[in-house]
Amino acid sequence: MRVYHFSEQPYPDAWLPDHDLRVTLPNRLCEPQAAADLYQRYQDEWMLADELGFDIMVNEHHSTSTCLSAVCTVTLSILARITKRARLLALGMPLANRADPLRVAEEFAMIDVISRGRLDMGFVKGVPYEVVVANASPIRMMDRLWEAHDFILKAMTHQDGPFNWSSENYQYRAVNIWPRPWQQPHPPVWITATSLPSAAPIAKRGHVLATFLGGYKTRALFDAYRDAYRAAWLREAPPDRLAYLGLMAVASTEEEALARAEKVAGYLRTIARVPEPFRNPPGYASIDDNARAVKHGAQRAGLVTPSGRTIQPITAPARDLIEAGILFAGTPDQVYAQIARFNEAMGGIGNLVVMGQGGPLSHAETVDSLTLFGKEVLPRLKEHHSSEAVAAAE
Amino acid sequence: MSATSVIVPVAGQNTEIWSQGEGTPLLFLHPGIGTTGSEPMLARLAREGRVIAPSHPGFGRSDLPTWFDTVDDLALFYLDLMEKLDLRDVTLIGADLGGWIAAEVAVRSTERISRLVLSGAVGIRVNDRDTPDLVDVYSLPRAELDKVRFLNPDVAKVDPAALSDDDARIIARNREAEALFAWSPYMHNPKLARWLHRIRVPTLVLWGEEDKLAPLSYGRAFADAIPGARFETIAQAGHYPHIEQPGIFAGRIAAFAAGAALERAV
Repeated sequence: MRVYHFSEQPYPDAWLPDHDLRVTLPNRLCEPQAAADLYQRYQDEWMLADELGFDIMVNEHHSTSTCLSAVCTVTLSILARITKRARLLALGMPLANRADPLRVAEEFAMIDVISRGRLDMGFVKGVPYEVVVANASPIRMMDRLWEAHDFILKAMTHQDGPFNWSSENYQYRAVNIWPRPWQQPHPPVWITATSLPSAAPIAKRGHVLATFLGGYKTRALFDAYRDAYRAAWLREAPPDRLAYLGLMAVASTEEEALARAEKVAGYLRTIARVPEPFRNPPGYASIDDNARAVKHGAQRAGLVTPSGRTIQPITAPARDLIEAGILFAGTPDQVYAQIARFNEAMGGIGNLVVMGQGGPLSHAETVDSLTLFGKEVLPRLKEHHSSEAVAAAE
Repeated sequence: MSATSVIVPVAGQNTEIWSQGEGTPLLFLHPGIGTTGSEPMLARLAREGRVIAPSHPGFGRSDLPTWFDTVDDLALFYLDLMEKLDLRDVTLIGADLGGWIAAEVAVRSTERISRLVLSGAVGIRVNDRDTPDLVDVYSLPRAELDKVRFLNPDVAKVDPAALSDDDARIIARNREAEALFAWSPYMHNPKLARWLHRIRVPTLVLWGEEDKLAPLSYGRAFADAIPGARFETIAQAGHYPHIEQPGIFAGRIAAFAAGAALERAV
């Protein structure tokens, strides 16, 4: 199992208790000096993760103090040069919000070459509340995502001089990217999904399906992928086609680890602090889902633990988050056991993304947590295969 | 003659069309919120002629082709619809988004149109680049929306739990379709004002005196850009005078149609 270290690069000093944190938070609250310190600190933590044997994930969000990374390829460009061995995953590039996929292909190709072939290209639909800041239409986003995906892969694999492209949303006259990517035929593609019908289009293309914080019900999504993969490729989906993201905090004592976990969970506590008009722009959700919302209001489903309890991640204490499978926290032994148990329940997955830094978790705490995980958990996970995955391979 | 609602193929797609009355056609293009609340005005208007009120593609029960995404598509669609139904001497009436569509139809061709009525029409750009013309409904909390749209928001009040699944679905479809056509550039075509001079049929621009979504100055600018257009306001109405003052709204159209016919006779 590969483990990616992820931080949203938060700016928690501007997590005002009485203010929404997305779209409308004035940027006068961002002190450039403090932001510079944070950027460099988070980069230092990724360099440490690289040395410890982690891979690396970065993302982007816009108009928010929850994530200072407004352009994931800027962060990745720096990491491409200052890290040595880690895979560099963008998860992701909000393709439906990027007006110019040619530019995305160029940025990714440069990063792949500078890093000597370490890029993983994650394409995501993007969160509902950022269509307004991207000024992108919330309608038909998945159509744009797949159209841009097709174009980017052609741009990355076409080596015979300029080609012309004219699709519904994107038109180009002379596409001929320099450099071409290091990895052949192109860097691996990851796509995020949460709903079962989203799995098949990813599986048919053989891309990695990544999903965030879904807890134990994620098994159904992974199985939907496995079924579609088997139908398309006439073999079992290798575990490395699946990825799961959870929060992580390790310490020498359980008590300290749970205290750290509560800070990382600041991410969950703030995720819903979005001004109401931007939470569900028209077209982002399906007509059927929106018709239900018209009648019954927006539903917050919560997560069901293996023992059948429903918890609300935004408010649930760290122990409940662990039970629900969205937080791995404790001593190294405890965290290994939690991950092994979750992985077994998922039927064996090849990629785990951990939010090893979140919220106000300090540099010293992050370094200690990453180091403990890197030295005492990661080596065991690298050898780890679920019994189901082993059976499937045999 | 009582009202009927039928599904008719237009330009290859199923289109929901409400109609009532006989005589000279009055084609009503509904606002972005759909046909909800328009029926009392339409029924009153049906005393004056044959009222035809389609649901735009993507709205109500009308199909939405996957390639439709601009108001240009809707304008050409309505030129097709007038041909398909062989409508002539049409009084074309558009409210809000429907007004924008009606203006886009009229700058293309008035061959089948004799009179144009725009009510609370969106579609043009008036102010400088730093000053929005219209309230951005996509940035408003739900609780504020109807206060901006109506003088009396109670007019629009519905009990969500009492809605049929079908009606809830139509509300969701209307909201998505309006955003498909009007998200960006927000509620306008940057070039439309420059082409409004092509409208050479008698035009009435109607505006609710209490319109908080599109101010009176915006309505006046719309009328000023159309040669000879008349600008009239309706008291005790917000952005949708056809919903808040249905009788007065229909009466103004009847008077305008009669006057326009008289002018032509002279």
